[in-house]
Amino acid sequence: MVNPLQTAILEPVAASGLFQMAWLMIAIPLVSAAFLLLVGKASNAWGHLLATLAPIASFGIGLALFFQLLGASVAERTVEVPVYEWIGVGPWDVQIALLVDQLSILFVLLITGVGSLIHIYSIGYMEHDERRRRFFAYLNLFIAAMLVLVLANSYLVLFIGWEGVGLASYLLIGFWQHRPAAAAAAKKAFVMNRVGDIGMALAMITMFAHFGSVEFAEVGKNAAQFSPLTATLVGLFLLLAACGKSAQVPLQAWLLDAMEGPTPVSALIHAATMVTAGVYLIVRSGPIFDQTPVASTAVVVVGTVTLLVGAWIGTSKDDIKKVLAGSTMSQIGYMILAAGIGPAGYVFAIFHLLTHGFFKANMFLGAGSIMHGMDDDVNMRNFGALGRAMRWTFLTFAMGYLAIIGFPFFAGFYSKDHIIVAAFEHNMIVGICALIGAGITAYYMTRLMVMTFFGRKRWEHGVHPHESPGVMVFPLVVLAILSVVAGVAMNSWINGWLVPAVGGEEHTYGLLDGFTEPIGWLTMGVVAIGVVIAVSVFKSVPKEAPRGNFLERAARRDVYGDDINNAVVVNPLMAFIGLLTGFDRGKVDGAVEGIGASTSGLGQVLRRLQSGYVRSYGLTMVAGAVLVGAVLILGQLA
Amino acid sequence: MNPENYLVLAAILFAIGTVGFMVRRNALIAFMSVELMLNATNLALVTFSRINGNIDGQIASFFVMIVAAAEIVVGLAIIVSIFRTRRSASVDDANLLKF
Amino acid sequence: MIVPLVTGTAVAFWLLAPIIVLAAIGMVMARKPVHSALGLATVMVGLAVQYAAQQAPFLFAVQIIVYTGAALMLFLFVLMLVGVDSTDSLVETLRGQRLAAGLAAFGLGALLVGVMGNAIVEGQVVGYTPEVEGNNVQQIAYAVFGRWIFIFETTAALLITAALAAMVLAHRERIGGRLTQRRRALLRMRKYAEDGTHPGSGATPGVYARHNAVDTPALLPDGSAAESSVSTSLAARGDVVDAHRLAAATKWALDEIDGEEPVGDERQVLGTGPTARGEVDTAPRAEVGAGDERSEATAEEDAK
Repeated sequence: MVNPLQTAILEPVAASGLFQMAWLMIAIPLVSAAFLLLVGKASNAWGHLLATLAPIASFGIGLALFFQLLGASVAERTVEVPVYEWIGVGPWDVQIALLVDQLSILFVLLITGVGSLIHIYSIGYMEHDERRRRFFAYLNLFIAAMLVLVLANSYLVLFIGWEGVGLASYLLIGFWQHRPAAAAAAKKAFVMNRVGDIGMALAMITMFAHFGSVEFAEVGKNAAQFSPLTATLVGLFLLLAACGKSAQVPLQAWLLDAMEGPTPVSALIHAATMVTAGVYLIVRSGPIFDQTPVASTAVVVVGTVTLLVGAWIGTSKDDIKKVLAGSTMSQIGYMILAAGIGPAGYVFAIFHLLTHGFFKANMFLGAGSIMHGMDDDVNMRNFGALGRAMRWTFLTFAMGYLAIIGFPFFAGFYSKDHIIVAAFEHNMIVGICALIGAGITAYYMTRLMVMTFFGRKRWEHGVHPHESPGVMVFPLVVLAILSVVAGVAMNSWINGWLVPAVGGEEHTYGLLDGFTEPIGWLTMGVVAIGVVIAVSVFKSVPKEAPRGNFLERAARRDVYGDDINNAVVVNPLMAFIGLLTGFDRGKVDGAVEGIGASTSGLGQVLRRLQSGYVRSYGLTMVAGAVLVGAVLILGQLA
Repeated sequence: MNPENYLVLAAILFAIGTVGFMVRRNALIAFMSVELMLNATNLALVTFSRINGNIDGQIASFFVMIVAAAEIVVGLAIIVSIFRTRRSASVDDANLLKF
Repeated sequence: MIVPLVTGTAVAFWLLAPIIVLAAIGMVMARKPVHSALGLATVMVGLAVQYAAQQAPFLFAVQIIVYTGAALMLFLFVLMLVGVDSTDSLVETLRGQRLAAGLAAFGLGALLVGVMGNAIVEGQVVGYTPEVEGNNVQQIAYAVFGRWIFIFETTAALLITAALAAMVLAHRERIGGRLTQRRRALLRMRKYAEDGTHPGSGATPGVYARHNAVDTPALLPDGSAAESSVSTSLAARGDVVDAHRLAAATKWALDEIDGEEPVGDERQVLGTGPTARGEVDTAPRAEVGAGDERSEATAEEDAK
């Protein structure tokens, strides 16, 4: 029995049997990516099919391992798979090893499962893109890097995957690099992620300085030896890393711009998997956060603020992908909030992460399907009445919608409810914020639904919406089904499964818990209010966006995220750099060039000595000889 | 006979040679001044040879003469070819190699 | 042994040293390069004597034969090529050069004198201790072909290289074909056809004149002097006898033959002493000689 208020300590057992093949999950997409990039045009015709098979193969292996774990006893569910010795210098011995446990295997299934579906979807979505092979290669690279991230047994190996997904994210956001906005967005994402990476590196350095190891198991065992200050520092460093990767306030600004990438990328990387890496990191680092209430509180605050800010942004955007991006920020805010609560919230964070992965990927892919039918238009004010034109898309999107607003018995209903309940238990203010967030979520998602699928046609001239091909609809259907059933399927089971790995209280939740608690009813009430307001406000949608009130205008500007960044970081830095360059130009260059100019000026004077008159040269020579001779003689005399 | 006198004579001749080289514009006279300097050193060498009772000074003087002969041949050929192209034997006219 | 001056070493030195220095100064100061060359020759011969006085008879000979005889004559040849009569302006064109040169040379001289005075131990003159039996030449041969053989052979290469270099430097590529006699004749005739230049050889100087010399222009049959018969450089230098004065005598003679009263006295016209009279006689003889040439040619034909 695990202490309910303690995070579980990892005690991995050696790998055997099928587990020794775990590295194949990473190797297959990695080799596929390298193959596609190296072989080049020769694989243009069939490269995307090969690339699609890679995550499916990984998913197969992951599924086999999952069942293996299911069959094993609880003590044997944490398996360490050594791959090879990376750095072995005396007492410091860094093994690259994979850690397969209840937590990581869920991530593996999410990444490879959703990843496979998105690969299949991309076959249709990217059909006419001439750089399709490269796109699929990058997707495979991302899958491999993300698997490294979640399967790592130490922070260092995790960091490899952490940077790998950052690279893949950069490449894929800027995939349409001919668009300046896309290139800029890619750069922005890359740079802001580096800020988070500093936190990650500092956290690792601190851990290594204290324990001589950065393995999860070692750190978990020794975390209690941290002084409170060190623990707080490491916790805050890790929170910074999580903020960068998961687009949490204050490093949230890149996610909205990242929507410049192709929509499958938004679905896979910027909704379902990569942006949730921060949640994973915090849950994995549970033993550290246990030691530091300050950092934990900071995590809760960050999560709460982000869930509200993300929802706020979502209410006023007209770009369908940006609404979803704001929603993603908001939902990850919920997860971070849950993770910040401590062992009591870890399970809920992961639960919500999984269901969110399903329904948000579903909705992103649905948005992609709409764009596919609307000639890549993303402005919802040009949509309307698409429900009949794109029936499959509408129905699957509706499943995602119901899931995210927490409609009873849909996935979000269970996962989000737990978080709100836990938030109320943790702190009344946080709970109220989470509750308000749920209401706003209902409001903006209803707004999205109404503007897109209902009402009058506001289509641009010459646009003829049509349903997407089967290869795109199939993943939508699968994800829609998961959005419906994932909550019901996992609600009673996931707690028992995850608690041994991440800690918390063993408790069996019933399917009808939401109806027996007052908070459940409260949540449903708030959600209903949000839906009703949205429906009544957006009965008719003007083609041009009204000026809106202060809140709307702020939301349209991403709650001044970029302005704050510019004012706080960019402009002071630029001014400082301007000073530096001014100093460099004026003083350093001036000194260097002054030396050069004076030398050449001296040369201008001295070259007059080169008169071309042999007799002058002779005179100089004789004078020099006299001088040298005189000096020698005087030297002798002295 | 004090050998120092010969050396003083050599020094005076050498100095006169340098003056000739530095002052005269005619390439031939400048060249003759160089020969004068060589002769002055030859005298000094012979005198040193006598002072030290060693024949090597005379040998050196002999080699100086040989080298001077070669130098005269080449130098005069250069003067002739310059004169042929520039119609002038003045060293000041050949002053193109300058700033 | 060629050491006749050994006993008179001091005499030879004090006699010749002033001459050598003066000649050297003259060499530097002379306006005409030829005078400079003469000054240098004087210096070299004087130095040769000093070599002899210092028990170096071999160098004495070499200095006279090679330096004064060969090298300096080469200088004179080049002087001829460049222009033996050119006179250098001694005005200094480089500002301050002369003063600076004088100072530098004085400094150098002072330095050298000082150094040399310091270099030798007072009055210590060691006589030659011959390495081998024999005279100076034999000792030099022993050294040159013994210890210094390698350097000696190197100098051989140097001399060959120098000779080759002189040939390369002085060589001029011929532009156009060789000027053969046939082509010369053709060119002459073409010139005659174009502007009437006389194709034959011009008059030689002094042939019909009283003075049988290159500086005397030829007198043409009409009594005028042929300006083109003397070298233009002589004419430019003003070394040519005045043609009109020469022609005056002929004119006087012709007038006399024509029975007219000649203008003035014969002596007065010629303005020379009795010797001139004899030379006047040569003129008709030369004229006859020219006729003899033709008669000789006919005589040869008669003989056939």
